[in-house]
Amino acid sequence: MSTAAAGLPGGISQKRARVLGLVFIALSLGIFWWFALGSESGLSSTFKLSSGNEFVTVPDLSLPARSTALFLGTIAAFLGGLQIARGFGNKTYLVLGAVVLCFILAFLVWAARDRSLNMLGMLSSTLLRAVPLTLGALSGVLCERAGVINIAIEGMMLTAAFTGAIAASAIGNLWIGLLAGIASGALLGLLLAVLSIRYRVDQIIGGTVINIFALGLTSYLSARVFSSYQNLNSPGRFSVIEIPLLSKIPIIGPIFFSNNIFIYLMYALVAVIAFAMFRTRWGLRVRAVGEHPKAADTVGIKVLRVRYQNVVLGGMVAGLAGAYFTLGSVGRFDENMTAGRGFIALAAMIFGRWHPVGAFGAALLFGFADSLQNKLAILKVPIASEFLLMAPYLVTIFVVAGVVGRARPPAADGQPYTKE
Amino acid sequence: MNDPQNPKAKEPPSTDVPVEEAVAERARAAGVATQGLDWRNVILVPTLALLAGLFVGALVMVFSDPDTLRSWASLGRNPGKALSDSWTLVYEAYSALFKGSLGSPRAISETIVSATPLIFAGLAVALAFKAGLFNIGAEGQLLVGAMTSVYAGFTFDFLPGPVHVTAALIAGFLGGALWGFIPGFLKARTGAHEVIVTIMLNYIGLLFVNFLLKSEIFIRSGRTDPITKPVAESAKLPPLLGAEYRVNAGFLVALAVAGAIWWLLFRSTVGFRFRTVGTNPNAALYAGMSVGGTYILAMVLSGGLAGLAGASQLLGVQYSVFPGFSSGYGFDAIALALLGRTHPGGVVMAALLFGVLRSGATGMQAATSIPVDIIVVIQALVIVFMAAPELVRQIFRIRADKQAEQDTLSASWAT
Repeated sequence: MSTAAAGLPGGISQKRARVLGLVFIALSLGIFWWFALGSESGLSSTFKLSSGNEFVTVPDLSLPARSTALFLGTIAAFLGGLQIARGFGNKTYLVLGAVVLCFILAFLVWAARDRSLNMLGMLSSTLLRAVPLTLGALSGVLCERAGVINIAIEGMMLTAAFTGAIAASAIGNLWIGLLAGIASGALLGLLLAVLSIRYRVDQIIGGTVINIFALGLTSYLSARVFSSYQNLNSPGRFSVIEIPLLSKIPIIGPIFFSNNIFIYLMYALVAVIAFAMFRTRWGLRVRAVGEHPKAADTVGIKVLRVRYQNVVLGGMVAGLAGAYFTLGSVGRFDENMTAGRGFIALAAMIFGRWHPVGAFGAALLFGFADSLQNKLAILKVPIASEFLLMAPYLVTIFVVAGVVGRARPPAADGQPYTKE
Repeated sequence: MNDPQNPKAKEPPSTDVPVEEAVAERARAAGVATQGLDWRNVILVPTLALLAGLFVGALVMVFSDPDTLRSWASLGRNPGKALSDSWTLVYEAYSALFKGSLGSPRAISETIVSATPLIFAGLAVALAFKAGLFNIGAEGQLLVGAMTSVYAGFTFDFLPGPVHVTAALIAGFLGGALWGFIPGFLKARTGAHEVIVTIMLNYIGLLFVNFLLKSEIFIRSGRTDPITKPVAESAKLPPLLGAEYRVNAGFLVALAVAGAIWWLLFRSTVGFRFRTVGTNPNAALYAGMSVGGTYILAMVLSGGLAGLAGASQLLGVQYSVFPGFSSGYGFDAIALALLGRTHPGGVVMAALLFGVLRSGATGMQAATSIPVDIIVVIQALVIVFMAAPELVRQIFRIRADKQAEQDTLSASWAT
């Protein structure tokens, strides 16, 4: 056994691989114990998968709770056994994902036993909750790939949510509100850039300042303005755009292609930033500035200009994320309405390893935990919602501590650059 | 170096240790330079930063007041009115602010009450800064400390008065210290950046406390809303000036702790280690110091101080924990550490000043209907000006000096 496990190509040590295998086995035992034995035999779980608007109506999926959980547990146990016996090399993290998926599915089957769970609704709310997280994380990617830490995502989003609401209400046009939100994000991005590049303020302090400032200013102004002029806080919301044909595809259509403009902008930005960052000359320059500014400078890249540009762009994307709160989701500004989502976005960026697509995936995962947490009370599951809400933060700590994979930031992230 | 006011000048600068220049440069960028404070940095820059903060705060007040804005709109017809209206607004707001915080014995007592947890929290962040660590997690550590303290406060009621208070304070310290140990340990063992870990632990702590507030152990009997049992009489910090005023022994504890931290930082071997690691971890390593151990100890102490902030607020003022127990102390603490130049004495002064702002803000809102949140705006501005000394120097045209340059804090994700 040990000879077979020796020489793992994926770079994770043999001991680590074994521990991971034991974790898989433990998860599978958890599935057996809680979800298989916890489901009384004969009960079935029903998942609703159709909104009734598609080409073909997908029938509700009805599964026998206990057997399904047993099946999922067996898969997890089998993968755990293989992991201990020979490992999966560089596919290890894929397998980890599969095991976690088994665990989540078994949990859902158990939670929905003898009930019906609107799976479609849950997945669609997952996507919506992931929107500000994804956009916020993209803002972080833009800044940090150029070597400027952005922990001000929260403050940028909050400010943009406020300006978006007030501009859209005052002028009576949602698009103006959206632009105002993006502009205010850009302004705060510029502030962060000036503080960290021009005045070489520590970037974490600069970001913290913007967060405090945004919270104070928006709370102050909303208390001052909205109390006497309530009509300035009713911007309305962007309406849903159904993409012809695509929105009629069963399951996928109602989730992905029947949303408002923010969701489509998010898809576009994930794709555009991923492409631009890793397939264009611009992206190569940005990454060079973030990894080794001195070398970049030597070959003639204007380090500071690239940084200014990217931080302002990042501010704009964070502004879009903020505008989503008031113009795409709630339709009203509330004090501190972002409620720490900027930091979950930061977590998504780190968990997604500073990559747009990875950040999108992480945001979806965190969005899922959030929407699941919301369903717990309805499903009468005896788990405190706080623990599911903790998931993004815990996962991030695991990732930065290298427990599950290792996240490596751009080498010059956070370091001011001075030309000699 | 020749400034007698500067206690740090007496010790050899850590950069005397021969290391490669590149390494030293990297360390300087990653740590907090501790040498070379002169009076200009210690007194003048903070004062000017505060004035600049109050000035910009006044601008925000003026340009968010509908009546004053109207008189600005008719500036052409009556330029004097716009200015005098603005002046009246700002004058009334700030005089209500200072009257509310310093105008009567009760007001002064309230100011000290609000300054007490700020002293502890500010010391927490300042201590970590000295060791080159950025503790953004004071908020979470404070909450966890308050939780452990309240537990000791309502369980160990068999202890006699002074012992019980002390036990509850120590429990608060230990709770915060545990929450500070996690990022310290992870940084020392795995290199995980403490900023990320403490941000995440803030939210984990908040959610965990929210969960505990609803649990059997903590919830007050007969209540369905999340509020803990009150601490026993014997665990309350005694009032200093009779039951009429809320000012309590917590303030004296805070001053004593500030003194102890000053001694620890500038008169003990441990403090020397902290400052050396903070200035140049590589030099510290070559000198045979345990850098990882120092990080852990600094974070444990820093978390413990934040825990004491929670405990002092609990045992002196609130007597039970509830949602919204910490009103942003963790973020104020960062401002305090910067404003006090990471020196314990400076932190105490800065905390008293923030106490003035905090306790006066309520009176200001009552008198002028300017929302209390303006204080947060002013505090943010103060941090900007403190963190960018160059900016203050530019505005007020103060001669730049080389040493002040080094005092700029700087850190990096990458380790």
